[in-house]
Amino acid sequence: MSFLHELEKYENFDFEGYFNSVTADDVKKSIGKEKPGANDMLNLLSPAAEEFLEEMAKRSHLLTMQYFGGTISLYIPLYISNYCSNGCVYCGFSAGNKIPRKMLSMEEIETEALSIKKTGIKHLLVLTGEAEEKAGFDYIKPAIELLSKHFPSISVEMFPMSTEQYAELKKCGVDGLTVYQEVNDRTIYAQVHPFGRKSDYNWRLECPERGAKAGFRLINIGALYGLGDVRKEAFFNAMHAKYLDDKYPDTEIAVSFPRINHSEGNFKPQHRLSDRSFVQFLTAFRIFLPRVGLNVSTREKADFRDNLLPLGITRMSAGSITSVGGYAESEEDDVPQFDISDNRSVTETISMIKQKGYQPVLKDWEMIK
Amino acid sequence: MNDILKIGGREFTNRLFTGTGKFRSRSLIPEMLKASGSEMITVALRRVDFDAGNENILEFIPKHITLLPNTSGARNCDEAVRIARIAREAGMGDFIKIEIITETKYLMPDNDETLKATKILAAEGFIVLPYVMPDLTYSYKLVDAGAAAVMPLGSAIGSNRGLKMKEIIEMIIENIDLPVVVDAGIGRPSQAAEAMELGADAVLVNTAISIADDPVGMGRAFSMAVQAGRLAYLARMGEESKTANASSPLTGFLR
Ligand code: SF4
Repeated sequence: MSFLHELEKYENFDFEGYFNSVTADDVKKSIGKEKPGANDMLNLLSPAAEEFLEEMAKRSHLLTMQYFGGTISLYIPLYISNYCSNGCVYCGFSAGNKIPRKMLSMEEIETEALSIKKTGIKHLLVLTGEAEEKAGFDYIKPAIELLSKHFPSISVEMFPMSTEQYAELKKCGVDGLTVYQEVNDRTIYAQVHPFGRKSDYNWRLECPERGAKAGFRLINIGALYGLGDVRKEAFFNAMHAKYLDDKYPDTEIAVSFPRINHSEGNFKPQHRLSDRSFVQFLTAFRIFLPRVGLNVSTREKADFRDNLLPLGITRMSAGSITSVGGYAESEEDDVPQFDISDNRSVTETISMIKQKGYQPVLKDWEMIK
Repeated sequence: MNDILKIGGREFTNRLFTGTGKFRSRSLIPEMLKASGSEMITVALRRVDFDAGNENILEFIPKHITLLPNTSGARNCDEAVRIARIAREAGMGDFIKIEIITETKYLMPDNDETLKATKILAAEGFIVLPYVMPDLTYSYKLVDAGAAAVMPLGSAIGSNRGLKMKEIIEMIIENIDLPVVVDAGIGRPSQAAEAMELGADAVLVNTAISIADDPVGMGRAFSMAVQAGRLAYLARMGEESKTANASSPLTGFLR
């Protein structure tokens, strides 16, 4: 059994028919449910729920306070390599894009680590493109060993690995895995991932579970909004989070809501997640899964991020640079994976969070290996 | 009144223990401590950042308060033991609240792993306060393992549901010769008072204080409720009874 089987249950489900049949009454009931089920999640994602954003936001706020209190965990991303052998049509790092490729040396990684440490944030998200032959496990492992001397909590966002590889990374100091399915719809998945290892849908879909099996403390999943029908994608993603949350009770699950913005290659998304739908989905996730972490990155604009704070967000990236390295030294021609909309420094983000009446959490784990 | 609670060689006159989690601002912590008079506060080691200077959470806790580091985040005995040792090495004292949770939905403690960790840490000289699922047999084992107190949950952490485990907690209070601190689930001052009326030696309240609109005022309210409950316990409340009780004895005529 894996989430694949869960997904199959919905293969012939008439989403459009269901979404359009949801009434205001259904939505109200689902907002107030103590133990909402899959149908409630569909109701909360439906067009009918758009009229209840304020009610959803209030409920989401209360649940978030109850389970997380007034705290926001901060993390900072570090790209160590942008080599990639995949052809994701929406990504600036994809193999077809003629951009300068870079892979940080161990010395450079150390320098970056020292710069990032100055910000005070102790959760690091280490990213690479997906180039197993160029920046593979043998490159990543020593990099993590080095970084774990400086950061008590490290998540990785890299090519999907085996449970054994994750277990090995765990020993080196990795405690979290971020992996987005990007799009759950198989047909679209095949279209936007035309070649490379990433075109293997199942291998990716089962990746979060392999991380949970390896014993990571935090698994962060997400759909990249813009590729497929947004309601359906949100629903599948929610079911995936629920599946992991139910099956791996000792693992914290978190969900991100990345939306496509401009990237190299000028991909034009077929679907759009509006700000209103973003808020609707975010609060729906909180009501459906009260204990799950909800994560918003610097892809989102500063004022939008600020306004999301009381709505259910529990994790945020700060001071992000999405080109390789860049914290210690940056070069003119560095190409980012995607554009950052919130360019504030860590210090600015921290003071914004405090101003909004929240406590930023810069450290949430102690290295105990 | 000389009503002192002794745990691990320390004396406490205030029987409300508090926590540092979930506050909207750390600066509220010292104010809450002052208003409530709480003398012991629990801190998750995972959140302590010794490099953070003024922002280090320990900077917000006045020196006369007893620190109760906790092992939040530990998923087994081994992790809890390591966290405890790190806390002690970092100068956070000998008190340790063992919190081992392998189930993130209701945050139920793992009693087996907690018992193992209690044994190891007590042998190393720690003053061990294990957070446990209430169970009498198991509490006897904790006594043997060297625990300094037993901390049964009232109901799930952060649930504010009060003393759902009341009957079993009562059994523990009656039978176990260690301080019993009701931890977790207490959402209202009246529930804290109820625990104290039952004879609990103290209560630990975190979420209900930290997420209140006014955590400082709520800290004070809890403190007063704990005092009231304690006084009622000491004054020996009349037993609850389903039949009406005449206030003068019915068999008084028998000489
Ligand atoms: S999204 Fe990831 S895998 Fe796809 S092209 Fe970009 S870096 Fe490579």
